[in-house]
Amino acid sequence: MGDTLIQPVWLYGVTVALLMIVGLYCIVVTSNLIRALIGLEIIMKAVTLLITMVGQLTGNTAMAQSFVITLIVIEVVLMIVAGGLVISIFRKYHTIDVRVLRNLKG
Amino acid sequence: MVDSIGIDIVLILLLMAISVGTVITIRLLRAAVGLALVSALLTIVMYRMGAPVAAVFELSVCAGLILVIFISTISLTQRLTPDRIIHVERETLRRFWFLPIIIVVIAVFLSQVNLPVGDAAAPIAQAPPSPMGVREVLWNLRHMDLIGQVIILLAGAFGVLILFKRGK
Repeated sequence: MGDTLIQPVWLYGVTVALLMIVGLYCIVVTSNLIRALIGLEIIMKAVTLLITMVGQLTGNTAMAQSFVITLIVIEVVLMIVAGGLVISIFRKYHTIDVRVLRNLKG
Repeated sequence: MVDSIGIDIVLILLLMAISVGTVITIRLLRAAVGLALVSALLTIVMYRMGAPVAAVFELSVCAGLILVIFISTISLTQRLTPDRIIHVERETLRRFWFLPIIIVVIAVFLSQVNLPVGDAAAPIAQAPPSPMGVREVLWNLRHMDLIGQVIILLAGAFGVLILFKRGK
């Protein structure tokens, strides 16, 4: 991946923006907790692509890759804990519809 | 170079189509598999952008482990009756049918405006590449990140243990 390699930078920029929009739309519109997590994952993909793109723009891909690795680790832990929360909520309320989950007692 | 850009365009179009399909699909299991496909395509894109180590991480962890997590969560939570399934399908279609239209309109709009990231044929790597590899950056420069990752992993593990602890 040398300096002379021509890449469509705008294409990646537009893709990051569109992936963000898809993920945000999914989170805002859905009432299913698992689908909201999927939207969050898509936003994470957009951020991963953004970091990689900026790393290549600045010529510092090693630093960008280390950030992406950190992001992926945090992403996995987030998904594991969120999945556990969804399962716990389902066990308690027998639903994962956020419109039903309106009790904030305790 | 035209071929390289052509491959990038095909990959990005596939990535966007599968991500939109992942969001609007009715069945959650298909959505989870679609998410893994998005990760796999992102892996190819990242490899082509010169980030092979991060790409391997993305493929193994995001396309593999997160798919397993999602399938486990779905299998432990989804117990819908046939009537409820029909209701959920209708509701999902009603909420998501215009997302592809929104995405296409925004994509056309963004492709018309002059983004500050550069022109279509601009060289992406203008700065001199860093002499340090990923290992040197990760172990020498960003070693605090590693400690943070270990702490976050432990916090996640203990969090799940507490979540699944059964009351006496």
